[in-house]
Amino acid sequence: MHVEQPYTPKTWPESPERATLEGKNKFLGFWLFLGGETVLFASLFATYLALKDKVPNPATDVLAKDLFELPLAFLMTMLLLTSSITSVYAIYHMKNYHFKKMQAWLLITVLLGLGFLGLEIYEFYHYTHEYGFGFTTSAFSSAFYTLVGFHGAHVVFGLGWIIALMVRNAKRGLSLYNAPKFYVASIYWHFIDVVWVFIFTVVYLMGMVG
Amino acid sequence: MANNLNSNNPNVEYEYRRRRNAEEMRHQVISFAISIFLTLVAFGAVYAGFDKWFVVPVILLLAVVQVIFQLYYFMHMGNKGHEAPQLFLYGGAIIGFSILLGFLTIVWW
Amino acid sequence: MSTIAQKRGFGAALWDYLTTVDHKKIGILYIAAGGFFFLLGGLEALIIRIQLFAPNSDFISAGLFNEMLTMHGTTMIFLAAMPLLIGFMNLIMPLQIGARDVAFPFLNSLGFWLFFFGGLLLNLSWFLGGAPDAGWTSYASLALNSTTHGIDYYALGIQISGFGTLMGGINFLVTIINMRAPGMTYMRMPLFSWTTFIASTLILFAFPPLTVALFMLTFDRMFDANFFNVVAGGNTIIWEHFFWIFGHPEVYILVLPTFGIFSEIFATFSRKRLFGYSSMVFATVLIGFLGFMVWAHHMFTVGLGSIANAIFAVASFAIGVPTGIKIFNWLFTAWGGSIKFTTPMMYAAAFIPSFVMGGVTGIMVAMAPADYQFHDTYFVVAHFHYVIVGGVVLAILAATHFYWPKMFGTMLNETLGKITFWLFLIGFHLTFFIQHFLGLMGMPRRVATFLPGQGLDAGNFISSIGALLMGVAVLILLYNIIVTSVKNEKVGNDPWGDGRTLEWSLPSPPPHYNFKQLPLVRGIDTYWIEKMEGKKEVTAAEPVGDIHMPNGSILPICISLGFFIASFGAIYRQEHSWGLAVLIIGLVIAFGSMLIRSLKDDHGYHITKEELLNDNDKGVRA
Repeated sequence: MHVEQPYTPKTWPESPERATLEGKNKFLGFWLFLGGETVLFASLFATYLALKDKVPNPATDVLAKDLFELPLAFLMTMLLLTSSITSVYAIYHMKNYHFKKMQAWLLITVLLGLGFLGLEIYEFYHYTHEYGFGFTTSAFSSAFYTLVGFHGAHVVFGLGWIIALMVRNAKRGLSLYNAPKFYVASIYWHFIDVVWVFIFTVVYLMGMVG
Repeated sequence: MANNLNSNNPNVEYEYRRRRNAEEMRHQVISFAISIFLTLVAFGAVYAGFDKWFVVPVILLLAVVQVIFQLYYFMHMGNKGHEAPQLFLYGGAIIGFSILLGFLTIVWW
Repeated sequence: MSTIAQKRGFGAALWDYLTTVDHKKIGILYIAAGGFFFLLGGLEALIIRIQLFAPNSDFISAGLFNEMLTMHGTTMIFLAAMPLLIGFMNLIMPLQIGARDVAFPFLNSLGFWLFFFGGLLLNLSWFLGGAPDAGWTSYASLALNSTTHGIDYYALGIQISGFGTLMGGINFLVTIINMRAPGMTYMRMPLFSWTTFIASTLILFAFPPLTVALFMLTFDRMFDANFFNVVAGGNTIIWEHFFWIFGHPEVYILVLPTFGIFSEIFATFSRKRLFGYSSMVFATVLIGFLGFMVWAHHMFTVGLGSIANAIFAVASFAIGVPTGIKIFNWLFTAWGGSIKFTTPMMYAAAFIPSFVMGGVTGIMVAMAPADYQFHDTYFVVAHFHYVIVGGVVLAILAATHFYWPKMFGTMLNETLGKITFWLFLIGFHLTFFIQHFLGLMGMPRRVATFLPGQGLDAGNFISSIGALLMGVAVLILLYNIIVTSVKNEKVGNDPWGDGRTLEWSLPSPPPHYNFKQLPLVRGIDTYWIEKMEGKKEVTAAEPVGDIHMPNGSILPICISLGFFIASFGAIYRQEHSWGLAVLIIGLVIAFGSMLIRSLKDDHGYHITKEELLNDNDKGVRA
């Protein structure tokens, strides 16, 4: 079976991302990587919680309750959460062998992700310039920017990944060679949303209750 | 992946798969709706200004529930062929939890 | 590319090794590089011991001594022991489970080159202002105040190396889970493959905390962050926690493959199957799991409090139990067997008492109140050298002999091997046994010199003699390697005569596709089963057919080189204007090469059935 042979919706296998050995390996390898990423983000969360509100001068320096606001965090959450369901739609179409619909939903996912990123860049700019809360300001600020910034870096990487896949495969349609690639990118995107659920809870919501 | 479908007729199999994919998609949209709802409740609890000793455990619980939904519905973690992913993700979660516990208890004293 | 031997020039052979994605060649690269760094680390140890030959010595300055001890520890653990073990796991595990390569051959190569460039980066610090000097543990308070760029080289060098190791870990896990030969259930896997599996799991979960810690150290030193800066609200204990959350599983990453190697050697040279296979597997899993729950036993004197200390002490005692189970199982394997004292078996025999000695002093330091006396003395130095040298190094030396024919098709000389063994063993005990007493007498560790008349003179002198003996032993091993390579006497597939597992059913060295036909596994010690039935080869699980092989690539070197270059930019960014540009250029090279890899399809090539059938090595089995 040649890995780039064409299919029809009827002949397309049930789990196309795992129909080849390479696909099975990529699928498993990526889940294992996510296991490692879980420990990585847990470490970043642990550092953040340990250094939360640890500033040189608690009386005058910026603390969590001064900084975070509900509307912005809520909007960013909605954008990312919606981008997660749109990527689910994309994979649904992939399973049904509808290449163009998959591409369309991936595009919507990317646009929502870009929206999230734009808001986050605005947020960091806002904190740095309006509040004097920069990366080097205090231990608390270093921990905040590292945790949320690492997540943001993962979003950037994920967007680049999905865009590269879309562009590279635009003229090729679906095959058993690129099905695992789309599937794995989608799983990565979901994981980023999973991490964000904890970020908005631990950083923003817990930051605002004090 | 082996097809665990009994019919020899490709049309029937195709119909079955399409229906099943559509049903899974419905589950996922419901999960999405539940996630939005849980998010709203969490934001609402903070907005309402309840005591922090009540709010913090509640929103953490809501976060865990939402993540479980996303892992199982969006990422298919409960489906067949996901035994190793489950093992390693829960393994990572357990180790991550012990790191969090350590950092919350034996960093400042 | 066919299996017919080709006469090649040096350039072609070099290009082959630079672009290879074959797990056997990558394994040899790991072993060669790890061996080189082992010599470097050994040189650093000799310099330390020469400085400590006599009291009030000024052989080297105190500052240089600090660099020497830091680099000795860092090199030996990250650049010698780990790569050597990873090299053996890379080479042998796929052969043992009946696979043709690992799951991700390209990532395998990338993992090696990242390790190599990370190690190169770290060692360049010697020539660029000074090596790191805050110990291999690099505690934050000291590390942040270190005046040269040494710590920066440490942080980035280990970070880059660590990415490579993490990739290797994932690669091994996927290979073992997905690519075992038909009939090879988990409970039929050889112990070395099981320990590879658990050690790889430890790598997967232990390296991320180190990654976070190193990023934080990098950010604090090179980008003015405040994680460990107490004035700005930071906390230096965070570094210790992360370092040991990584560091303790790390030593199990070292010791589990060690156990795997000795399991193979004990069974092979007792001519008897491993005793208690299931309990060995269970013990390995338990050690792996418990290894994550004991990290603060390195921090008993930090002031965490008696409750925390008690919890971690008890957990540390618990690890002794599965380890003890393993020791007994090895002894019961040998008991009643027909023992052949080859060089690997001698290392195995010496390992038992040496490692157990290290283990029992481990229990001693695990008692938190007692550790207040032992901490930061030579007693701890003695303990960990007993488990690492008496365990890991003996295993690496044993595996070198045991697997040499499988790697190169020749056999290391047994007489020279036994001379190396005895000199090394005597030197090892001479060096480190006396250090228990030096520690009990109060000599602190990491001190550049000591005063005369305190009762420490004789002990240090003897310890240094032992180090010289170990140096001589290693030189003899090098001589053995050279002589063997020059003589080039080829051996067959099972040169030790008693091979039990699949790797011994293949030619020495195996063809690049490993198995012409994937084997059908009928039980534990697969090859032994076939031998007992009088067969020369393992039953095949499939007919001869085309074999799909991956292409080589120069991109792993490009990616690693990119990160290597970027590191210089990050290190010198605050003092030189070219720093930022170099950082960006390096990252562009690295990520650009990754992009090229993703965009350019590479489907590999096929070895055709005809080429396989023409192969001289073995006939086709029905």
